[in-house]
Amino acid sequence: MSEVEPSGAGPSGSTDAAALSVRGLRVAFGGTEVVRGIDLDLAPGRIVAVVGESGSGKSVTARALLGLAGRGALVEAERFELDGEDVSDAGERRWRRLRGAKVGLVLQDALASLDPLRPIGREIGDALRLHLGLRPAAARRRVLELLERLELPHPTLTIDRRSGELSGGMRQRALIAAAVVLDPPVLVADEPTTALDVGVQATVLQLLREAADRGTAVLLISHDLAVVSGIADEVLVLADGAVVERGPTATVLGAPRHPATRALLAAVPTEVPRGAPLLAEARLGDPSAGHAPTTGPRGGATASAVDSAPILEASGLRRVYRSRGAELAAVDDVSLALHPGRTLGLVGESGSGKTTLARLLLALERPDAGVVRLDGGPWSESTEAARRPARRRIGAIWQDPYGSFDPRWGVARLLRDALTVGGQTSDRLAVQKLLELVRLPSAIAASHPLELSGGQRQRVAIARALAARPEILIADEPVSALDVTVQAAILDLLDELQREQGLALLFISHDLGVVRHMSDELAVMRHGRVLEQGPAEQVFASPQHAYTTALIRDSPRLAVGGDARATASTR
Amino acid sequence: MRARRIRAIALRLGGALFVLWAVATLTFFAIHLVPGDPAQAILGGPGSQAPQETLDRVRAEYGLDQPLVVQYAAMLGRLLTGDLGTSYSLKAPVAELIGGQLLGTLSLALAALVLAWVLAIGLALWSSAPGRLARAVAGAVELTAAALPHFWLATVLIAVFATGLGWLPPVANGSPSGLVLPVVTLAVPLAGFLAQLMREHLLDALERPFTVSALARGETATGIRLRHALRHAALPAVQLSGWAIGYLISGAVVVETIFARPGLGRTLLRATELRDVPLVTGVVLVVALVYVLMTVLTDLVSAVADPRVRTAAA
Amino acid sequence: MSDLELRAGASPADAPRPPGRGRGRHRMPRPSALFAALFVGFLLVAVVWPGLLETAPPDAIAPAEAFQPPSAGHWFGTDESGRDVYSRVIAGTAPSLLIGVLATAIGLALGLLLGGVAALGGRVLDFLIGRVNEVLFAFPGILLALLVIVLWGPGPVTATIAVGLSTAPGYARIIRGQLLAIRGSGYVEAARVLGHGRARILGAHILPNALVPIAALATLGVGQAVVWASSLSFLGLGAQPPAAEWGAMLSAGRTYLGTAWWLTVFPGLMIVATTLATTVLGRTLTARDGARR
Repeated sequence: MSEVEPSGAGPSGSTDAAALSVRGLRVAFGGTEVVRGIDLDLAPGRIVAVVGESGSGKSVTARALLGLAGRGALVEAERFELDGEDVSDAGERRWRRLRGAKVGLVLQDALASLDPLRPIGREIGDALRLHLGLRPAAARRRVLELLERLELPHPTLTIDRRSGELSGGMRQRALIAAAVVLDPPVLVADEPTTALDVGVQATVLQLLREAADRGTAVLLISHDLAVVSGIADEVLVLADGAVVERGPTATVLGAPRHPATRALLAAVPTEVPRGAPLLAEARLGDPSAGHAPTTGPRGGATASAVDSAPILEASGLRRVYRSRGAELAAVDDVSLALHPGRTLGLVGESGSGKTTLARLLLALERPDAGVVRLDGGPWSESTEAARRPARRRIGAIWQDPYGSFDPRWGVARLLRDALTVGGQTSDRLAVQKLLELVRLPSAIAASHPLELSGGQRQRVAIARALAARPEILIADEPVSALDVTVQAAILDLLDELQREQGLALLFISHDLGVVRHMSDELAVMRHGRVLEQGPAEQVFASPQHAYTTALIRDSPRLAVGGDARATASTR
Repeated sequence: MRARRIRAIALRLGGALFVLWAVATLTFFAIHLVPGDPAQAILGGPGSQAPQETLDRVRAEYGLDQPLVVQYAAMLGRLLTGDLGTSYSLKAPVAELIGGQLLGTLSLALAALVLAWVLAIGLALWSSAPGRLARAVAGAVELTAAALPHFWLATVLIAVFATGLGWLPPVANGSPSGLVLPVVTLAVPLAGFLAQLMREHLLDALERPFTVSALARGETATGIRLRHALRHAALPAVQLSGWAIGYLISGAVVVETIFARPGLGRTLLRATELRDVPLVTGVVLVVALVYVLMTVLTDLVSAVADPRVRTAAA
Repeated sequence: MSDLELRAGASPADAPRPPGRGRGRHRMPRPSALFAALFVGFLLVAVVWPGLLETAPPDAIAPAEAFQPPSAGHWFGTDESGRDVYSRVIAGTAPSLLIGVLATAIGLALGLLLGGVAALGGRVLDFLIGRVNEVLFAFPGILLALLVIVLWGPGPVTATIAVGLSTAPGYARIIRGQLLAIRGSGYVEAARVLGHGRARILGAHILPNALVPIAALATLGVGQAVVWASSLSFLGLGAQPPAAEWGAMLSAGRTYLGTAWWLTVFPGLMIVATTLATTVLGRTLTARDGARR
């Protein structure tokens, strides 16, 4: 793959001021080269982002910069300077002195990246103990100062808490504090916002920006172009272990030259209108087409569908969980309606009750109050025996398709099992038709889900859900575990199938961008309640609730143009 | 928050009391619903051919002529005052008989528990160490240790260290050296179990992202094992302490017999051989009490050590 | 770079995985599993056709040849009556394993019943069985077995039942956990959403998926049951000498520990080897099953 490089933006410039300078970085595992000659310069005060699909080598690159490339990794570089020091042949002993002092690492979700059994004060103070030999009392003082600087509430209490006892935003601050306690000149952040709620994401990005403003050179690894566009000064696009495009963020994202960059950009659903496919060949072929819809928004036929009777309707739903005296209303007074041929998007942070709501609609759980009606008839109030024949009318797909497949069954068996439910023939032809429907080759019928990729598994799950010819499809975070381009393909598929089959779709996600792209109507959920509900574009244009406003504000959006820095610093 | 924690502890203690009551009830009814005349047993078993009036006298003396419910109520009442009844074979209060033996067995079990922990931590650290060979060898050692029956290990240890090398006495003669072989016998299989459990969690902890975070701060390989992974590995093993104490006391039956060491285990075995029902049930009740207390204790300890346990329990 | 660093760093998302890793289907068995399987095969021959392996009649008394150390003629030596210890160990395989297998069967049957009802029978039953189990756990180790023996009298049959009973609560707890995990799994949920009935979900998903873990549990359990049963025999509460049962042989040989170590070491070695073999096999089963989940 050739590198597309705007003149002057490359790494050929002066490296005197570089906090980190790498030439020809190669990492190989057992003869397979996964990083193939990467050049990288990090300057103080600047944020450089490395983007790419999973498997592009970006995570290995990040780890290699700390001498942590992994078991059996062979790391080579023509030049490898960290803070002016040549570390190309540093051994483990020397790396240990550098890590934490000269280069810090921020991983994703602090719940996993901080030891859940140790107080955060000890975790943060580790670097002081290891590099400065500080005694516990002295280290504690320094940590307290840092916590105050990072504006953690009640530092003297927080310092003795463990990560699981802190709120999402606080523990993420603690994680960053642990990486910057010695003010290393280089900070590597590996997917620091992945799997976090948007509010917390915003905090993390702000802290990274602040670190850069204090003169740290930040390397941001991310798959999320929207995040990158808001904060990075420079972007490197990685594909197959090599840099295929690099340059100022606005240039690379505004006028992408390499197909890999364009594919990544196209896959970002945020700005693509409802109804337009994300991965249309036409759009990929013509970079100047931008996000112009190729098929146009949904026509009047579907708009009138709103007048039709709802096929699935919930009113006043409430579900309370009790645990040892404490009561928690996971779903509280929720009413909503699904219409044939329409998509209702449900967005909310983790723990907001989205999944419980889905389970109530699927009648997998009984509501404590309120009813669900299917096609005007009883649903939640029915007996399971009475519900069973009608169950095929509601299909479902989940975040983890593999977990929803019996591990003993192959693809063909899974699909045949679902076909029999609809009372249809379950022969080879029917299985092949189903696979065709979700754009999978028929050879896949013979394989076990273990042998499939995440995207293929989700397609099989969709095929199974559609086998019984449902009228309603409930999709609970169906793309959250997938790579952006795979996610885009699945979203396109869902959209198309919905149109072909006139499905009533409930699309649940924590990702506002995805939901916006998919939905006709939008419901915003928090603490078990639906705060706001209405036509998607209306909710976006004039949110009625402060929480919705914050959600929209904090959701990273692809800011193409010169306002990258502005977006981050206006927060 | 505090009220909820107190509530949780109260619930836990209530559960423990329930278990003790159920154990007492279960043993009581099992004994009385099984064919066989306790009066006969008191007089030396069915072979004794005691005359009818002797049987009647014994029945009256032990309250065996009362209705079952009355006997049950009397048993519960006695239990509350710490009275465990009178031994059939030794004709002495069970509580006193047990009291005299409890300390010896508990000290044996606790010594074995400590040694087992030391061995298990060493084994787990070794078997999670770098190098495939070391790992395989340590894994095999753990597996074998866990598979060793007490009685066989004891006989082999005696054969080697007592009769063979003559380093240690073959019986527990009261001297500290006499305690070595019984403690080792009890500790080794338990260490094998604990080490397997700990290794699994140790390796799991070393794969977690927080290990990478710690490395990225400049932590050493040893530091990661000791400061991070070992905590995660020790916690599940600590939670097994109740089971471990029970296992050790149960093992003491064999070990005390082989090493001719007085204690609860040997008392229990003798009582079993003589079918001395009050003594057996008394020992069982006391062991159940120790087990229950230990479980409550470990639950509280792990709730303090791991906030995740607390949230799960609260 | 030390291996620990490499371990921890080994999981960046885009590092290539070795082919076939995480795939349980076509993996070669490890040598330890192979050895274990061979040993279990050997045991089966000793059970079904002991004459094939014995070198002398196991009960033939020859006082002139008493207490001979292991030699080419008597691989495991001879006992106080001049009987060939090796042949007695072989002859003892059947009764020793029989007690272990039967005890496991009893424990497993009870465990299946209790665990199954607790997991699938609704909340009230689950709560009740949970309390019962908690109580049974308060009789640790062989205590429950001793209680059974004191009530019913010693002997191989009582010992078998006693060991079975004392292992039941452990099985019940594990089986309950496994059934609950399967019942709460995504694929059972998916089957419910499709509209399959209870019976079909039980028959098509829950039971088949529980089968392999339970088989592994039983395999692991046989070794432990053999140890427990022989412990009881050793204490004189199970099979009695002069029966050629491993625990009974150990018990009889203990008297001569100072002079004839082989009387205790070899029967004990068989017990250890049996436990090791079943443990390794049980784990292999579990690992293979786990690789698919």
